[in-house]
Amino acid sequence: MVELCILYDKVRFEEKSIYDRALKKGIKTRMTDAKSITISTDSKRKELALGDVILQRSISHFRGLYLTACIEFLGFSVINRFKVGETCGNKLLTSLTLAKHKVPTPKSYFAYSAGAAMEVINRTGFPVVLKPIVGSWGRGVYPLRDEEVANMIIEMREENDNPLGRIYYIQEMVQRPPRDLRCIVVGDEVIAAVYRYSAENEWRTNVARGGKAENAPITNELEEIAMRAARAVGGGVLGVDLMEDKQRGLLVHEINNTVEFRGASTVSSADIASAIIDYSVAVVKK
Amino acid sequence: MKKECQDCGADINVPDDALVGEIVTCPDCGADFEIASKAQNMVELKPAESVGEDWGQ
Repeated sequence: MVELCILYDKVRFEEKSIYDRALKKGIKTRMTDAKSITISTDSKRKELALGDVILQRSISHFRGLYLTACIEFLGFSVINRFKVGETCGNKLLTSLTLAKHKVPTPKSYFAYSAGAAMEVINRTGFPVVLKPIVGSWGRGVYPLRDEEVANMIIEMREENDNPLGRIYYIQEMVQRPPRDLRCIVVGDEVIAAVYRYSAENEWRTNVARGGKAENAPITNELEEIAMRAARAVGGGVLGVDLMEDKQRGLLVHEINNTVEFRGASTVSSADIASAIIDYSVAVVKK
Repeated sequence: MKKECQDCGADINVPDDALVGEIVTCPDCGADFEIASKAQNMVELKPAESVGEDWGQ
Protein backbone atom coordinates (compact mmCIF):
# COMPACT_ATOMS: atom_id res chain seq x y z
CA MET A 1 0.00 0.00 0.00
CA VAL A 2 1.32 3.41 -1.01
CA GLU A 3 2.31 5.76 1.80
CA LEU A 4 2.05 9.48 1.18
CA CYS A 5 4.27 11.96 3.00
CA ILE A 6 3.36 15.64 3.27
CA LEU A 7 6.46 17.72 3.98
CA TYR A 8 5.53 20.96 5.70
CA ASP A 9 7.17 23.72 7.66
CA LYS A 10 3.91 25.44 8.59
CA VAL A 11 0.57 23.70 8.28
CA ARG A 12 -1.83 25.81 6.25
CA PHE A 13 -5.37 25.15 5.03
CA GLU A 14 -3.93 23.29 2.01
CA GLU A 15 -1.76 20.82 3.93
CA LYS A 16 -4.55 20.15 6.39
CA SER A 17 -7.11 19.51 3.68
CA ILE A 18 -4.76 17.18 1.75
CA TYR A 19 -4.02 15.25 4.97
CA ASP A 20 -7.67 14.98 6.02
CA ARG A 21 -8.79 13.97 2.53
CA ALA A 22 -6.06 11.32 2.23
CA LEU A 23 -7.07 9.75 5.54
CA LYS A 24 -10.71 9.73 4.42
CA LYS A 25 -9.61 7.92 1.24
CA GLY A 26 -7.91 5.30 3.41
CA ILE A 27 -4.42 6.26 2.24
CA LYS A 28 -1.60 5.86 4.72
CA THR A 29 -0.32 9.42 5.18
CA ARG A 30 2.28 11.05 7.34
CA MET A 31 3.00 14.69 8.04
CA THR A 32 6.71 15.43 8.38
CA ASP A 33 8.22 18.70 9.54
CA ALA A 34 10.79 19.84 6.95
CA LYS A 35 12.58 21.75 9.70
CA SER A 36 13.38 18.52 11.52
CA ILE A 37 15.18 16.71 8.67
CA THR A 38 18.95 16.40 8.27
CA ILE A 39 20.65 14.62 5.39
CA SER A 40 24.29 13.88 4.58
CA THR A 41 26.15 12.71 1.50
CA ASP A 42 26.25 9.27 3.17
CA SER A 43 22.51 9.15 3.92
CA LYS A 44 20.51 6.24 2.55
CA ARG A 45 16.87 6.26 1.58
CA LYS A 46 15.96 3.58 4.11
CA GLU A 47 17.21 5.78 6.98
CA LEU A 48 14.44 8.30 6.35
CA ALA A 49 10.82 7.41 7.00
CA LEU A 50 9.29 9.49 4.24
CA GLY A 51 6.89 7.01 2.70
CA ASP A 52 6.74 6.23 -1.03
CA VAL A 53 5.91 9.62 -2.46
CA ILE A 54 6.50 13.04 -1.00
CA LEU A 55 4.42 16.17 -1.45
CA GLN A 56 6.80 19.06 -0.89
CA ARG A 57 4.64 21.72 0.75
CA SER A 58 7.17 23.92 2.55
CA ILE A 59 6.09 27.54 2.68
CA SER A 60 9.74 28.65 2.53
CA HIS A 61 10.79 28.44 -1.11
CA PHE A 62 14.49 27.81 -0.52
CA ARG A 63 13.92 25.31 2.28
CA GLY A 64 11.54 23.36 0.08
CA LEU A 65 13.79 23.60 -2.96
CA TYR A 66 17.04 22.41 -1.37
CA LEU A 67 15.36 19.79 0.75
CA THR A 68 13.83 18.46 -2.47
CA ALA A 69 17.32 18.29 -4.00
CA CYS A 70 18.46 16.19 -1.03
CA ILE A 71 15.55 13.80 -0.97
CA GLU A 72 15.68 13.32 -4.73
CA PHE A 73 19.36 12.49 -4.22
CA LEU A 74 18.19 9.67 -1.93
CA GLY A 75 15.89 8.37 -4.66
CA PHE A 76 12.52 9.55 -3.39
CA SER A 77 9.77 10.71 -5.77
CA VAL A 78 8.96 14.31 -4.90
CA ILE A 79 6.06 16.42 -6.14
CA ASN A 80 7.12 18.78 -7.51
CA ARG A 81 10.58 17.83 -8.73
CA PHE A 82 13.59 20.03 -7.93
CA LYS A 83 13.88 21.30 -11.48
CA VAL A 84 10.23 22.37 -11.51
CA GLY A 85 10.62 24.19 -8.19
CA GLU A 86 13.79 25.89 -9.34
CA THR A 87 12.11 27.24 -12.47
CA CYS A 88 8.78 28.20 -10.93
CA GLY A 89 10.32 29.80 -7.85
CA ASN A 90 12.20 32.22 -10.05
CA LYS A 91 10.27 34.60 -12.29
CA LEU A 92 13.23 35.16 -14.60
CA LEU A 93 13.71 31.43 -15.24
CA THR A 94 9.95 31.01 -15.63
CA SER A 95 9.74 33.77 -18.26
CA LEU A 96 12.66 32.32 -20.21
CA THR A 97 11.16 28.83 -20.08
CA LEU A 98 7.73 30.04 -21.22
CA ALA A 99 9.27 32.05 -24.06
CA LYS A 100 11.45 29.11 -25.12
CA HIS A 101 8.35 26.91 -25.35
CA LYS A 102 6.40 29.64 -27.15
CA VAL A 103 3.79 29.93 -24.40
CA PRO A 104 2.20 33.42 -24.62
CA THR A 105 3.68 35.51 -21.82
CA PRO A 106 4.06 39.24 -21.08
CA LYS A 107 7.13 40.90 -22.54
CA SER A 108 9.78 40.94 -19.82
CA TYR A 109 13.21 42.56 -19.65
CA PHE A 110 16.16 41.61 -17.50
CA ALA A 111 18.85 44.04 -16.39
CA TYR A 112 21.85 43.55 -14.15
CA SER A 113 22.57 47.01 -12.79
CA ALA A 114 20.52 49.98 -11.65
CA GLY A 115 21.72 52.03 -14.63
CA ALA A 116 20.78 49.35 -17.13
CA ALA A 117 17.39 48.92 -15.45
CA MET A 118 16.63 52.65 -15.76
CA GLU A 119 17.76 52.58 -19.37
CA VAL A 120 15.31 49.74 -20.13
CA ILE A 121 12.49 51.55 -18.31
CA ASN A 122 13.12 54.83 -20.14
CA ARG A 123 13.30 53.00 -23.45
CA THR A 124 10.04 51.06 -22.97
CA GLY A 125 8.20 54.01 -21.40
CA PHE A 126 5.79 54.13 -18.48
CA PRO A 127 3.98 52.38 -16.93
CA VAL A 128 6.02 49.21 -16.37
CA VAL A 129 6.07 46.64 -13.59
CA LEU A 130 9.12 45.83 -11.49
CA LYS A 131 9.11 42.42 -9.84
CA PRO A 132 11.55 40.60 -7.56
CA ILE A 133 12.80 37.44 -9.29
CA VAL A 134 12.09 35.39 -6.14
CA GLY A 135 9.07 36.20 -4.00
CA SER A 136 5.40 35.49 -3.55
CA TRP A 137 2.09 36.93 -2.50
CA GLY A 138 2.76 40.00 -4.64
CA ARG A 139 5.50 41.27 -2.33
CA GLY A 140 7.82 43.76 -3.97
CA VAL A 141 5.75 43.87 -7.18
CA TYR A 142 5.51 47.56 -8.04
CA PRO A 143 3.86 49.42 -10.90
CA LEU A 144 6.27 52.17 -12.00
CA ARG A 145 4.27 55.04 -13.44
CA ASP A 146 6.89 57.79 -13.71
CA GLU A 147 10.63 58.31 -13.66
CA GLU A 148 10.78 59.76 -10.16
CA VAL A 149 9.12 56.72 -8.57
CA ALA A 150 11.18 54.35 -10.73
CA ASN A 151 14.40 56.00 -9.54
CA MET A 152 13.33 55.75 -5.91
CA ILE A 153 12.36 52.09 -6.08
CA ILE A 154 15.54 51.13 -7.92
CA GLU A 155 17.61 53.06 -5.39
CA MET A 156 15.89 51.13 -2.59
CA ARG A 157 16.68 47.87 -4.34
CA GLU A 158 20.33 48.90 -4.72
CA GLU A 159 20.62 49.65 -1.01
CA ASN A 160 19.09 46.34 0.01
CA ASP A 161 21.49 43.60 1.11
CA ASN A 162 19.77 40.92 -0.97
CA PRO A 163 21.96 40.27 -4.05
CA LEU A 164 18.91 38.95 -5.94
CA GLY A 165 17.41 42.43 -5.49
CA ARG A 166 20.01 43.74 -7.92
CA ILE A 167 18.77 41.51 -10.71
CA TYR A 168 16.08 43.63 -12.32
CA TYR A 169 12.99 41.99 -13.80
CA ILE A 170 10.92 44.55 -15.64
CA GLN A 171 7.65 43.62 -17.31
CA GLU A 172 5.27 45.42 -19.59
CA MET A 173 2.06 46.55 -17.89
CA VAL A 174 -0.52 44.29 -19.49
CA GLN A 175 -3.82 45.98 -20.36
CA ARG A 176 -6.10 43.64 -18.47
CA PRO A 177 -9.40 43.79 -16.58
CA PRO A 178 -8.97 44.19 -12.78
CA ARG A 179 -8.58 40.46 -12.39
CA ASP A 180 -6.36 37.55 -13.38
CA LEU A 181 -6.89 33.81 -13.67
CA ARG A 182 -5.50 31.07 -11.47
CA CYS A 183 -5.59 27.54 -12.91
CA ILE A 184 -4.88 24.59 -10.68
CA VAL A 185 -3.12 22.00 -12.82
CA VAL A 186 -2.71 18.48 -11.50
CA GLY A 187 -0.81 16.18 -13.84
CA ASP A 188 -2.49 16.29 -17.25
CA GLU A 189 -5.59 18.15 -16.16
CA VAL A 190 -6.78 21.63 -15.24
CA ILE A 191 -8.74 20.80 -12.08
CA ALA A 192 -10.09 24.27 -11.31
CA ALA A 193 -9.91 27.82 -12.60
CA VAL A 194 -10.77 30.96 -10.72
CA TYR A 195 -10.76 34.66 -11.43
CA ARG A 196 -8.95 36.68 -8.80
CA TYR A 197 -10.21 40.24 -8.45
CA SER A 198 -7.97 42.78 -6.79
CA ALA A 199 -9.16 44.34 -3.53
CA GLU A 200 -10.18 47.98 -3.33
CA ASN A 201 -7.24 50.40 -3.64
CA GLU A 202 -5.01 47.48 -4.61
CA TRP A 203 -3.68 46.76 -8.05
CA ARG A 204 -2.36 43.25 -7.40
CA THR A 205 -4.85 40.37 -7.51
CA ASN A 206 -3.18 38.04 -4.98
CA VAL A 207 -5.59 36.49 -2.47
CA ALA A 208 -2.84 37.23 0.08
CA ARG A 209 -3.44 40.93 -0.76
CA GLY A 210 -7.18 40.68 -0.16
CA GLY A 211 -8.05 39.58 -3.71
CA LYS A 212 -11.38 37.82 -4.12
CA ALA A 213 -11.84 34.57 -6.01
CA GLU A 214 -14.72 33.72 -8.34
CA ASN A 215 -15.20 30.49 -10.27
CA ALA A 216 -14.06 30.71 -13.91
CA PRO A 217 -15.09 28.46 -16.80
CA ILE A 218 -12.31 26.18 -18.05
CA THR A 219 -12.49 27.09 -21.73
CA ASN A 220 -10.57 25.17 -24.40
CA GLU A 221 -8.20 28.12 -24.85
CA LEU A 222 -7.53 28.36 -21.12
CA GLU A 223 -6.95 24.64 -20.77
CA GLU A 224 -4.64 24.52 -23.78
CA ILE A 225 -2.44 27.42 -22.62
CA ALA A 226 -2.38 26.37 -18.96
CA MET A 227 -1.35 22.83 -19.90
CA ARG A 228 1.33 24.06 -22.30
CA ALA A 229 2.72 26.27 -19.53
CA ALA A 230 2.65 23.47 -16.97
CA ARG A 231 4.40 21.07 -19.34
CA ALA A 232 7.01 23.69 -20.25
CA VAL A 233 8.21 23.87 -16.64
CA GLY A 234 8.15 20.10 -16.17
CA GLY A 235 4.62 19.41 -14.90
CA GLY A 236 3.22 18.27 -11.57
CA VAL A 237 0.89 20.08 -9.19
CA LEU A 238 0.97 23.71 -10.24
CA GLY A 239 -0.87 27.00 -10.07
CA VAL A 240 -0.73 28.66 -13.48
CA ASP A 241 -1.54 32.38 -13.37
CA LEU A 242 -2.75 34.14 -16.49
CA MET A 243 -3.82 37.63 -17.50
CA GLU A 244 -6.38 38.51 -20.15
CA ASP A 245 -4.73 40.95 -22.54
CA LYS A 246 -7.24 42.96 -24.55
CA GLN A 247 -5.45 42.31 -27.86
CA ARG A 248 -3.42 39.14 -27.44
CA GLY A 249 -5.75 37.04 -25.29
CA LEU A 250 -4.40 34.92 -22.47
CA LEU A 251 -0.83 35.44 -21.26
CA VAL A 252 0.84 33.27 -18.62
CA HIS A 253 2.77 35.41 -16.16
CA GLU A 254 3.60 33.07 -13.32
CA ILE A 255 3.55 29.42 -12.31
CA ASN A 256 3.35 28.49 -8.65
CA ASN A 257 5.20 25.43 -7.43
CA THR A 258 3.60 25.06 -3.99
CA VAL A 259 0.17 26.13 -5.05
CA GLU A 260 -2.21 27.62 -2.50
CA PHE A 261 -5.83 26.81 -3.28
CA ARG A 262 -7.84 28.05 -0.32
CA GLY A 263 -9.38 30.82 -2.41
CA ALA A 264 -10.09 28.46 -5.32
CA SER A 265 -11.60 25.76 -3.13
CA THR A 266 -14.21 28.12 -1.69
CA VAL A 267 -15.63 28.97 -5.13
CA SER A 268 -14.88 25.89 -7.23
CA SER A 269 -16.78 22.64 -6.89
CA ALA A 270 -13.63 20.67 -7.76
CA ASP A 271 -12.09 18.50 -5.05
CA ILE A 272 -8.56 19.86 -5.44
CA ALA A 273 -7.06 17.99 -2.47
CA SER A 274 -8.45 14.71 -3.76
CA ALA A 275 -7.01 15.28 -7.25
CA ILE A 276 -3.57 16.01 -5.77
CA ILE A 277 -3.70 12.80 -3.71
CA ASP A 278 -4.80 10.64 -6.67
CA TYR A 279 -2.02 12.09 -8.81
CA SER A 280 0.59 11.48 -6.08
CA VAL A 281 -0.45 7.86 -5.63
CA ALA A 282 -0.41 7.33 -9.41
CA VAL A 283 3.19 8.67 -9.57
CA VAL A 284 4.32 5.80 -7.33
CA LYS A 285 2.45 3.19 -9.32
CA LYS A 286 3.95 4.32 -12.63
CA MET B 1 -7.52 22.74 24.99
CA LYS B 2 -6.01 25.80 26.69
CA LYS B 3 -2.34 26.63 26.76
CA GLU B 4 -0.56 29.51 28.44
CA CYS B 5 1.07 32.06 26.14
CA GLN B 6 4.85 31.93 26.64
CA ASP B 7 5.06 35.68 26.04
CA CYS B 8 2.23 37.24 28.04
CA GLY B 9 0.62 34.45 30.04
CA ALA B 10 -2.85 34.72 28.49
CA ASP B 11 -4.83 31.59 27.59
CA ILE B 12 -4.44 30.37 24.01
CA ASN B 13 -7.17 28.09 22.77
CA VAL B 14 -5.82 25.11 20.79
CA PRO B 15 -8.67 23.53 18.80
CA ASP B 16 -9.12 19.79 19.30
CA ASP B 17 -8.73 19.10 15.59
CA ALA B 18 -5.52 21.18 15.21
CA LEU B 19 -2.56 19.35 13.71
CA VAL B 20 1.06 19.46 14.76
CA GLY B 21 2.67 22.19 12.66
CA GLU B 22 -0.35 24.50 12.71
CA ILE B 23 0.07 28.01 14.04
CA VAL B 24 -1.97 29.36 16.95
CA THR B 25 -2.04 33.03 17.88
CA CYS B 26 -2.33 34.51 21.36
CA PRO B 27 -5.60 36.51 21.49
CA ASP B 28 -4.05 39.05 23.87
CA CYS B 29 -0.54 39.82 22.61
CA GLY B 30 -0.72 38.43 19.06
CA ALA B 31 2.35 36.20 19.37
CA ASP B 32 2.34 33.20 17.04
CA PHE B 33 3.18 29.69 18.21
CA GLU B 34 3.61 26.45 16.30
CA ILE B 35 2.06 23.31 17.74
CA ALA B 36 5.19 21.24 18.43
CA SER B 37 3.51 18.11 19.71
CA LYS B 38 0.06 16.95 20.62
CA ALA B 39 -1.14 13.92 22.53
CA GLN B 40 -4.48 13.20 24.22
CA ASN B 41 -4.46 15.93 26.85
CA MET B 42 -1.03 17.39 26.24
CA VAL B 43 -0.03 20.02 23.76
CA GLU B 44 3.36 21.69 23.43
CA LEU B 45 3.89 25.03 21.69
CA LYS B 46 7.05 26.62 20.38
CA PRO B 47 7.59 30.13 19.00
CA ALA B 48 6.58 30.17 15.31
CA GLU B 49 9.06 31.20 12.64
CA SER B 50 8.55 34.75 11.43
CA VAL B 51 7.48 35.25 7.82
CA GLY B 52 10.51 34.90 5.55
CA GLU B 53 11.24 36.82 2.38
CA ASP B 54 10.95 33.56 0.44
CA TRP B 55 7.63 32.49 1.94
CA GLY B 56 4.70 31.84 -0.30
CA GLN B 57 3.71 29.73 -3.21
